[in-house]
Amino acid sequence: MKKKLLSAILCAAMLASVLAGCGGNGGSGSSTGGDANAPAADEGEANAGDDASSPSDAGDDAEASSDGKESSGGDASYAILVKSAGNPYNKKMIEGFQEVMDAQGATCVVKEPEEASAEAQIKMINELVAQGISSIAIAGNDADALQPALEEAMNQGIKVCCMDSAVNADSRQLFVNQAGIEIIGETLMEAVYDITGGEGQWAILSATSQATNQNAWIDAMKQVMEDEKYAGLELVEVAYGDDEYQKSVDQTQALLTNYPDLKVICAPTTVGIMAAAKVLQDESSSVKLTGLGLPSEMADYIGADDTHSCPYMYLWNPIDIGRLTAYVSLALVDGSITGASGETFTAGDLGEYTISEAADGGTEVVLGPPFAFTPDNIEEWKNVY
Amino acid sequence: MKKKFNLKSITSSRETSLVIVLVLLCGFVQFRNSAFLTPGMIENLFKNYAVTMIMALGMMCVLLIGGIDIAVGSTLGFSGMCASLFLRDHTQMPAIVIFLISIAIGTICGALIGLVISYGKVPPIIATLGGMYVFRGLAYLVAKNEWVSAYQFTDGYKDFAQSKYLGFGLVNNLIIITILIYILFFIFFKWTTLGRKIYAVGSNAEAAEVSGIKIHRIKIMCYAILGFLTGLCGAIYTSLYASAQGDMGTGLEMDVIAACVVGGVSLNGGRGSVAGVFLGALTMAIVGRALPLIGVSQFWQTAIKGLIIIVAVILNVLAQRAIDKNNLKGREM
Repeated sequence: MKKKLLSAILCAAMLASVLAGCGGNGGSGSSTGGDANAPAADEGEANAGDDASSPSDAGDDAEASSDGKESSGGDASYAILVKSAGNPYNKKMIEGFQEVMDAQGATCVVKEPEEASAEAQIKMINELVAQGISSIAIAGNDADALQPALEEAMNQGIKVCCMDSAVNADSRQLFVNQAGIEIIGETLMEAVYDITGGEGQWAILSATSQATNQNAWIDAMKQVMEDEKYAGLELVEVAYGDDEYQKSVDQTQALLTNYPDLKVICAPTTVGIMAAAKVLQDESSSVKLTGLGLPSEMADYIGADDTHSCPYMYLWNPIDIGRLTAYVSLALVDGSITGASGETFTAGDLGEYTISEAADGGTEVVLGPPFAFTPDNIEEWKNVY
Repeated sequence: MKKKFNLKSITSSRETSLVIVLVLLCGFVQFRNSAFLTPGMIENLFKNYAVTMIMALGMMCVLLIGGIDIAVGSTLGFSGMCASLFLRDHTQMPAIVIFLISIAIGTICGALIGLVISYGKVPPIIATLGGMYVFRGLAYLVAKNEWVSAYQFTDGYKDFAQSKYLGFGLVNNLIIITILIYILFFIFFKWTTLGRKIYAVGSNAEAAEVSGIKIHRIKIMCYAILGFLTGLCGAIYTSLYASAQGDMGTGLEMDVIAACVVGGVSLNGGRGSVAGVFLGALTMAIVGRALPLIGVSQFWQTAIKGLIIIVAVILNVLAQRAIDKNNLKGREM
């Protein structure tokens, strides 16, 4: 008797967690007024979010969605697949993507893998292909490993573009580049030059040694450094914190111990810069920090005086990346662009964009130069993202 | 004659064999980089690895009864995230309240897992595998996929991990907490009935049951103790790093289990000591800390970490075998 009751309770608990899981997916924005597979979750979503933009009967009647909408907003559905769940940066990118799709009345599907691995993304790409999606916008966890899955998707007529972190040229039609690799390299080097005063030792704290974007930026910085102007600067080490907090802390403290004359650490990764900022500030170190980081996470550490470890840092606007990616997806699907170099398109408020050749042999559109977060503007930005 | 006796006693103790490994390791690192054994460095080491050290004790409780818990990383993420969210929304709360919330949530998570294992008769690795996913999912859910940032924490909470008021201005708070917990558990396992009961259940569950020990209760208690310490570590983690992320503590369970195994805790239950766990956790901390200092290539560090774990365990097993042999000899005579 007791055992039966217990197993019943266990079953109920399991069922509850499954339901909670579904609700969670709906909450993270799986669909907007489209024909989602889970009507219950979808209903809640439609009521909560966007009564205005999605016709209430769109879910029931596929034909209704073509009423008064652009042709691109018909039964086409647009997927965004980010690196991993649980990262506010990815979340803001999704937000921008969804915002544009909602405004166009298009169906958007959001996929967030639990862990930032290529395997998890391949599984999700295959799911999306099976669902008959119109386009996939992906931030690749690996440049090459996704090629078979993405090529298969393109063979099925699905439009593939990538944003934030590129997949290789053969696996995509277009790359939405948050900021040109060269621009970032130049900007960060300029910052290092400025903070060190033109000479001294500096180090880089990166994420994993395989991260596509990190390595491209680091290479770009090294290239910029060959210029006469930077002759006084000495890059002593590129350390990898694997985007893990504890490891990044260990690496930062090792840098401080190993190089007593270090002047600047440049961390072009959101977790790394945060960990380094905390270490430098707690130890009241004279070493300064710059790089690429999230304003909300860095708000406590950005300041012009000696009690703050970071005088200023950079990032692009992830919401704008999401927006631009959405416009690219729409244009690819309605055929106004094919992803060839030289084509132009309009991305709503963001303006006019021209597709250009990318360094890896593919094509790209570049969002713009990175945005500087300084002690003057951090207060207003820390609440944004 | 006397010298020989000393040598024998050294090689026949598991703890001493670990101490020798540690001394050799530290000596080597110190030789390569003289900045290693400085007071500041040692304080940093204990501060940053307080989480691993405290959780290893809890893990020992669970391993002693023949169980295992791979959900601790997720439990830490969940409890730490809940506490941080509460602090974000109620900034007037003192740090101690936040710690208590985190501890309470951790204890409940642990006790739930214990219930499933003891009354549901689910194998521990399966139950905690499930727990690992459930608690991680919950951590993302309660936070709505967001982080709690440094500026959203109160100064009192952030300063806790950096100041020394519990240690009378001499030692960092986290180190004092770690030391107190180790002393407490040393007494608990050595001199209390409850502590000895845990060993009894681990060495021979049936015999323990016959002798009147309520096995279910002991099991649930062990998982709850681990949950308690994990909850505490959830708060320590967020206070130390001034940031709460949904994925914090991912992979931590492996470090904690490795610390126990290196420290001589048997995965079959019934065998392990507080001193051993301390040395095991210390080994993990020193390895994690020292490798970046001696200029080993980044790519080798993980492999070397694994190698050191294996070497430590082999040495340990050899020492254990010597002990068993000696014991048998005694019996024959």
